This record gives sequence, C-alpha cells and structure tokens, in this order.
Amino acid sequence: MDKTNILLDKKRTEIIPDSFIGRNARNRLFLGVVIFFSVLTISMVFLIIGTMLFKGYHQINWAFFSQTPPNTFEAMMAKSSGNIIPGGIVNGILGSLYLVVIASLIAIPLGLLIGIYLYENSSKKYAGVIRDITDILQGVPSIVIGLIVYLWVVVNVTKGYSVLAGSVALALMMLPLIIRSTEESLKMIPDTLKEAAIALGTPYYKVILRVLIPTSFTGLMTGILLAISRILGETAPLMLTTLGNPAINWNITKPVGAVPLLIWQFYNDPNMVDLIWSSSLFLMGFVLILNLLSKWIGARRRI
Amino acid sequence: MNSDKILKNILFIASLLILLISGAMVFSLVRGSMTSIHEFGWKFLFSSEWNPTKGEEEYGALLFIAGTLFTSVLALVIALPLAFSTSLFVAEYFRNTRMASIVSTLVDLLAGIPSIIYGLWGFYILRPFIVSIGLTPQGYGIFTSGLILAIMIVPYATSLSNTTIMMVSNELKEAAYSLGATRLEVIWNVILPNARSGITASYVLAFGRALGETLAVTMLIGNANIIPTGLFSTGNTMASVIANQFGEASGLQLSALIEIGLLLFVITTIINAVGKFIIKRFA
Repeated sequence: MDKTNILLDKKRTEIIPDSFIGRNARNRLFLGVVIFFSVLTISMVFLIIGTMLFKGYHQINWAFFSQTPPNTFEAMMAKSSGNIIPGGIVNGILGSLYLVVIASLIAIPLGLLIGIYLYENSSKKYAGVIRDITDILQGVPSIVIGLIVYLWVVVNVTKGYSVLAGSVALALMMLPLIIRSTEESLKMIPDTLKEAAIALGTPYYKVILRVLIPTSFTGLMTGILLAISRILGETAPLMLTTLGNPAINWNITKPVGAVPLLIWQFYNDPNMVDLIWSSSLFLMGFVLILNLLSKWIGARRRI
Repeated sequence: MNSDKILKNILFIASLLILLISGAMVFSLVRGSMTSIHEFGWKFLFSSEWNPTKGEEEYGALLFIAGTLFTSVLALVIALPLAFSTSLFVAEYFRNTRMASIVSTLVDLLAGIPSIIYGLWGFYILRPFIVSIGLTPQGYGIFTSGLILAIMIVPYATSLSNTTIMMVSNELKEAAYSLGATRLEVIWNVILPNARSGITASYVLAFGRALGETLAVTMLIGNANIIPTGLFSTGNTMASVIANQFGEASGLQLSALIEIGLLLFVITTIINAVGKFIIKRFA
C-alpha cells in the first residue's frame, strides 16, 4: 500500500515536467508586460488631458468665451503685471462653428447619397471601385487636402483665403467617414424591413426616407458626430485655406478665425503662451465630448 | 420617368462625384507642380538641396522624404509594443470585461485628440523632459517627433488588430489549451498566425497615418533642412515643409511645395493601398 503510494507520488512529479515552471513564468511575465504597456498607453490620455486642465483652467472665464484675443502688447502688459491675459477666443469659437456648419452642409447630404448608393449596389464592381476610392480619400494627409483646396477655391473661386475654402477642405475630410459609416449602418438593417415596405408598393425614395434613415438613425448620427469631432481640431488644412482672422467675420468669401488656428498663432507669439492651454482645453473638451457622445449613441442603438 | 428612376440617377450621379473629386485632386496637384517638374525633372527626387533664395532657387525633396520615412518608421517601431499589448489586453486577456471597454474607450480618445494638441504637449512637456535626461541639447529632432507620432498612431494600429484578434475561433484556442498550452503559447502559436494579416494591415495603415501627420511633427522635429544622420538628429518632413513655407511661397517655390504634396499623396496612397490589399487578400 505504502509502496504504491510512493510510486504514484513519484509518477506525479514526473508528469509535471521541469520545463513547465519556466513556461509558466514566461506566461506570467508576458501578462505583466502586456499590462505594463497597456497602462502606459492609456496613461498618455490622462497625462495630456491633465496637462491641459492644470495649465489652462485659470484662463477660462466669461471673457474667454465673449471677447476676441488681445494684441501682443496688451498680453505682454498683463503678463508683466502678473495678471491673466485679457480677452478670449470668441472669434475662433464662432469661426470654427461656421466652418463646421458649412462643411457639414456640403459633406452630409453627399455622403448620405453615396453611402446609400454603395448599400444599394454593394455587389457591383463599380461600387467596389467607389469604395476603394473613398478609402484612399480617407487616407490623404490633411495638409495635402489643404493644398488642393487652396488650388481649387482660394486661387480660383474666392481669390483669397476664405470660409468657403476652409469648409470645402473640412468637407473633403468628412466625406469618406460619412460615406463608410452610412453604408455600414444601413447594412445592419434587416432586409425584411425594406422588403416589407417595397411589397406595399412604396416608392423607393419613401423607403429611404421613412424606413432606411429612421431605422439607422443612431448609426448615421454616430458617424456624423465622429466625423465632426475629427475635423474640429484640424489645423494644417485651415492654415492653407482660411488663414485666420482676429475679428469676428460672417462673410463666406473672407478669412475667418478658428480655435486650432488661434492655438497655432498663440504658440508662435511668446506673449500669448498662456492662452494656448485654455484654448486647447476648450478645443479638446469639445472634441472629446462629441467623441464620447457618438460612442454613447452608438452603444444605445437597438438594431 | 418615375420616382424610382430619378432616385437611382441621383444616387449614381452622387457616386460619380466622388470619382470626379478624386480625379480633380490628382489633376490639380499635377498641374500645380508642373513648373517644378519642368524645372527639375527626376532630379527633384534625388536632390537634397532646398534653397528658396531668389535668383539661385534650387529645390529637391530627398531630405524631406528621408525625414518623413525616418520619423514614421521610428513611430511605428515605438508604437508596436504599445499597440500590440493594448490589443491583447482588450481583445484577449480582458476580453468583454468592463476593464477592456474602458481601455478601448481611452485608446479611442487618443485618436480624438487633435494633432496640434499633441504638438503642444510634445513641445512643452516631452521636449523639456528629453532635454533633462540629456538625450539631446535642444530636445528637437527625429526621436521626439517619433515618440509623439507613436502615441498618435496607436489607436489606428489597435482598432483593426482588436477585431481580427477577437475573430480567431475559440475552437482553435481551446484545442491548444487542451493540449496543455499556456496562454502565452496560445497567443504565439494560435492567435498570431491566424490574425497575422489583420494585424499587419492595421500597422501598415497606422504607418500611412504617421506619414501625413503635420503640425505635431512640425513643432518637434527642429525644421532643419538636412538629411537626418541619426536617432537624435534634427530634420524636416514633407508635411512640415509645406506647413512652414506655404505662407511665404510663390512661383517656383510654391510649385515645388505642391510637388512635395503630390509625392506625399502618392506615397500615402501606395501605403494605404498595400494595407487594403492585405486585408482583402487574407480576409
């Protein structure tokens, strides 16, 4: 009895090979490495947002949202007497909104139409080509979009930097995002829903307006909000198309300010440096809220 | 004509517009760079002379191409462990847990932060840090830009990797576990070989992103018109030189800048096409 027990025990230890200890250690070590690098990655979000909050919060006041930026001299005087810099970025806030609204007016209808086309003709070879071109368009660097729109609109249409040029540049960046998100969210609609409407003899435009768009509405909204949040912070294409404007402007053929452009301008002016952080804080807050909002809407969708 | 037909035509015309737009983009870039192409020909690609002084103007793109490739490759190398770990965290180790959804939301937020804010953060926080640990005297250069770019492209590298890692079938993994494999062995021998094409494609696409990033790099690379000599050397990139010199450029210089834009367009399009090809081929 005893003998067999000892034998069994011996066998047991033999079943667990020596190498297992090493394999197990490596397994655990790798998990540690994965967690370390993941934490490092997400800590960047907190580091960046934390910096903005810490350095920018004291400049955020009513004037920040209601006044135009000070000139260099005013900023220098305020700084040397230890005050916060007077003025704000209202021209940039209104300008950014203006640009985004015009860009949306161009990109959203066109994007929806092309998205619907791709959904309707998804198996055609031609649709495949359109899809590939959309993907390529999405990959074009923003500065190159800026160059192209400079050649199109600034040189030929408005004969100078303008709201229109900036909006066209932003619209070109929104377009591929909206096309793909439209197609993806339409694909999720059960075919039976569409077939039921068609079986009732509904004209196709009504099927689109009354069935396809309402049922995929949350998906479409997610795509649109995400596209807007992507273009809101774009700076490089605006430098080549709208240039910036120290005053508020509503003329579509004239230059306009935008928050990211103002940040760039403050960055290049040593006296204005304090305004960088509050402007960045505002811009990032806005972008991140849109981002989270679109995620939240997306998560709530039912179909 | 009934309403269905009209609608079909409207949709078709809309789809033609995207062809028209992309065609016009290429056309305008080529036409805009004609002056420069006539003046320098192929030499433009192989010369690293960049002299905007009137009268003795001389332009070549080599140093910018070198700077762009150098920073982007470095960014990809740095982003690789970050992105790969995050993907495994979200799609394998902590899959479908609350932790995973928090981490993936945070990584998505990284994609939402505007380029200029990365630039500012790099300039005011990262650069002084690099100076203080004594890597470079000024803190500008390839290394600093590469670091910031790496953080910027992590979300692009993870999004597609996550999906492909999640798509590896459970049967395969369970078979490996039942043979006594550890989790690490399952990752290396089952998940990686099965998700390889998706992961590769996502890194290729992330690399394409890095090539075109403008302002964050412009603020950190030092904007020195030299071919980078090492990791800590300064340099310049294609996107940066356009952003920096566009405002004052005219005539031949403008045309040369547009030609650089055309080159950047061609390079990013090729990289993106390669990425798409990998996805299509192995999907």
